[in-house]
Amino acid sequence: MADLVTLTIDGKTVKAPAGTLVINAAKSAGIDIPAFCYYDGLALQAACRMCLVEVEGVPKLMASCTLPVREGMVVHTESPKVVASRKAMLEFLLTNHPLDCPVCDKGGECELQDAVFRYGAGEGRFTEIKHHVEEKQFSPVVFYDAPRCILCYRCVRICDEGLGVKALGVIQRGAVSEIAPNSGDHLECDECGACIDICPVGALTSGIYRYHTRPWEMKHVGTICTHCGDGCKTTLGVRENEIIRGNNRDRSGINGEFLCIKGRYAFDFVSHGDRLRKPLVKRNGKLVEATWKEALETVAGRFRELKERGARIGVVGSNRTTNEENYVLQRFAREALGTPHIDHHRTADILSFLAAVGGRTELLGRTEDVYTAKALLIAGVDLAQQHPLLAFQARANWRHHGAKAFVVAPGPVREEQYAARVVRAKLGEEPAAAESLGEELKKCEDLLVLFGGSVRGEALRRLVAFGDGLGIPVKYICLADYANSRGAADMGLLPGFLPGYQPAPERGMGLAEMLEGGRLEALWVVGANPLRRRKLNSNAFVVVQDLFLTETAQLADVVLPAASAYEKTGTVTNTCGEVQRLSRALTVMGPKPDLEIFALLAAEMGVDLGPLDAKSVWAEIRGNVPGYQVAEPVLMTGGAAPTSPPKVDGVTEEDAALVEPSGDTLFTSGSVSRYSKILNVIREAPGGLFQEKRTKLT
Amino acid sequence: MTFSPELEAKFEKLVKNYPEGRERAALIPMLLFAQDEVGSLTREVVEEIARRLSLSLLEVEEVVSYYSMLTTKPRGKHHIQICTNISCLLLGADRLFEQAKQKLGIEAGGVTPDGQFSLEEVECIGACSWGPALQVNYDYHHHVTPEKLDKLIEDLRKVQ
Repeated sequence: MADLVTLTIDGKTVKAPAGTLVINAAKSAGIDIPAFCYYDGLALQAACRMCLVEVEGVPKLMASCTLPVREGMVVHTESPKVVASRKAMLEFLLTNHPLDCPVCDKGGECELQDAVFRYGAGEGRFTEIKHHVEEKQFSPVVFYDAPRCILCYRCVRICDEGLGVKALGVIQRGAVSEIAPNSGDHLECDECGACIDICPVGALTSGIYRYHTRPWEMKHVGTICTHCGDGCKTTLGVRENEIIRGNNRDRSGINGEFLCIKGRYAFDFVSHGDRLRKPLVKRNGKLVEATWKEALETVAGRFRELKERGARIGVVGSNRTTNEENYVLQRFAREALGTPHIDHHRTADILSFLAAVGGRTELLGRTEDVYTAKALLIAGVDLAQQHPLLAFQARANWRHHGAKAFVVAPGPVREEQYAARVVRAKLGEEPAAAESLGEELKKCEDLLVLFGGSVRGEALRRLVAFGDGLGIPVKYICLADYANSRGAADMGLLPGFLPGYQPAPERGMGLAEMLEGGRLEALWVVGANPLRRRKLNSNAFVVVQDLFLTETAQLADVVLPAASAYEKTGTVTNTCGEVQRLSRALTVMGPKPDLEIFALLAAEMGVDLGPLDAKSVWAEIRGNVPGYQVAEPVLMTGGAAPTSPPKVDGVTEEDAALVEPSGDTLFTSGSVSRYSKILNVIREAPGGLFQEKRTKLT
Repeated sequence: MTFSPELEAKFEKLVKNYPEGRERAALIPMLLFAQDEVGSLTREVVEEIARRLSLSLLEVEEVVSYYSMLTTKPRGKHHIQICTNISCLLLGADRLFEQAKQKLGIEAGGVTPDGQFSLEEVECIGACSWGPALQVNYDYHHHVTPEKLDKLIEDLRKVQ
């Protein structure tokens, strides 16, 4: 640690590294200095004047948010002079601020309200009529009420510095200044809503949450977002069994308070009108509603009969369902149905990756490494679109630590705004392009390589071999799509591998062969929509567990309505191999968690797979699956526990060929995004990857 | 769009006055010079300057809307700016301002139909010692009296 400076704040002796700002030194001593414009991680603004403190020997009050600590400094943060100044500042802030707190979304969690309460600054001497302008709608997500705005510039900075989007600015001057969007009267941006959450007052409000509830009427459930593979913690505000908002203001989780539009708002699919509420059974060629009993009996009966005949049964798992569900599904398939044909939609070549890493777990990059690595090689991925959290972390790493970024991409990506070098390369040809950066990379202290699903098989091995040969510490992150792609592979939803990548006794058919080979007699699809991209070339008996009547479900003989990630417990593993636990935000009538469906089916078939509740299955996973002996307290406290996957042998070229990246953008999420209203009403949707338009939003 | 050869030469020199990567420092002078030549900061001008300095439109609009000397609407050929701040006010600037409005037949911020004159009430123009003071475009007029104002407007009418 740097040399410590000793100073006195409110009579307390405080030690802080040189360069620390007084506001942070005070915080470390448990002294809270109020501030509106100061925000951890963003550029200094010193505009709001709330954090003024008295420094002995200095005639004027000083802004503690821009004042570095000095040896022997004596600071008073709540002296009568300071308090009088803060009261005066608040009186100024309230001159034009409407006192519509009773109907304001922010009422009850408003920093201005809190500050006025703290300083008892309830009186105003201004008798002039308040300056008023009408509220504006910047987008379906963002609304702006100028009179409430205190011009702290937090929204402007988070959008510019944090996201690199620069969608907000301040126009006009003085009391009539206001926040303006980048595209005339509307926004052209990521619609992430970071500006809304960071707003200390109710000036920026969200189209999803506004006027729906008072904040204290909600309970808050911290769980993991079900969309991309980054695994952000999203804290869902729930009232009367309805999710009203998503945010992560408590900065719990690997994402701090970062969330993209999907994590913050795209929970709305759970209440879509097309949501399946009852099982469907095909009668006379038509799917009709049935009771759970009828549906389960039909499935169990057919499965039992098919198994006895030794029929060919294919099982397709999900990259969104929990580890527990995936683990039980493969056990069900292998043990109860006796089939080796089990697979899932692979969005990245995790198998080749873990084979190339060969058990050297120190080579596996974690989410936090994206923020701390000295250099980043971002290959074959439009990070800001496909992995918004990692893009935010990478950008923050460059902003805060000056990390060097090297980009290899087939077209423009946002990371080029700050990249040290950019090389254009077609998808799949990234390794050769990366090799051209060899000399520069060798000069870096360490390197983190992030690569997308286009890097697979031979290309992947070549990229890892190249990294290994650089002579510096190199870590890798193999980027997969969807909340639990990694967990699907780890739990053995693969034809050649059991959980923990143990070789399967018999190698079954992969997804493509199962569907297109035309030899299946039954197909069981859980939380996946393989027939969106492929055709089923057989008259198989099809069972589908899903939230919606997808292309696959439409062809099913029996459809069982499943619960979403926000309606169940269990664990998921993000693309960096970190396990996190879901918390149930909603209870549902009708649909059931997939795990419960497995249990009911097992009971109906009379097979014993042991206790099938999330807790027991997790204990079994921890006990049996190599790499999943993770720290339980980390999970219990809502943390992300890294797995340590073992060496993987026996990966074939077929495994690499089965990889199909989802191609999802910032505004799509596989089949689920069709059922999210917000993802369909914003004008930026669906967007595209590697496009100039989304890179330079100016 | 392109500007006159003189202005283009000026811009070229201007941008080089600042260190690499800090070219945006040339924004305010560029806006001012462009406004003088074009008459106002039209959308086309704003877009062009944003492009030349690699700024977003919003970044330029922030500056344009902040400074009262910059305008997006065309002004008269003679832009009369009358100071009504305290020193000038004590010396009768308010009456001068009323007189100007009547004589020109326009309100503050207005432009005469023939496009010859525009009128603006401005804050201190730094000529307190010689108040009441006004500015016609970049030219200062000191110790203005009602008679002087009448004559000034008449004289300006003759300028073609």
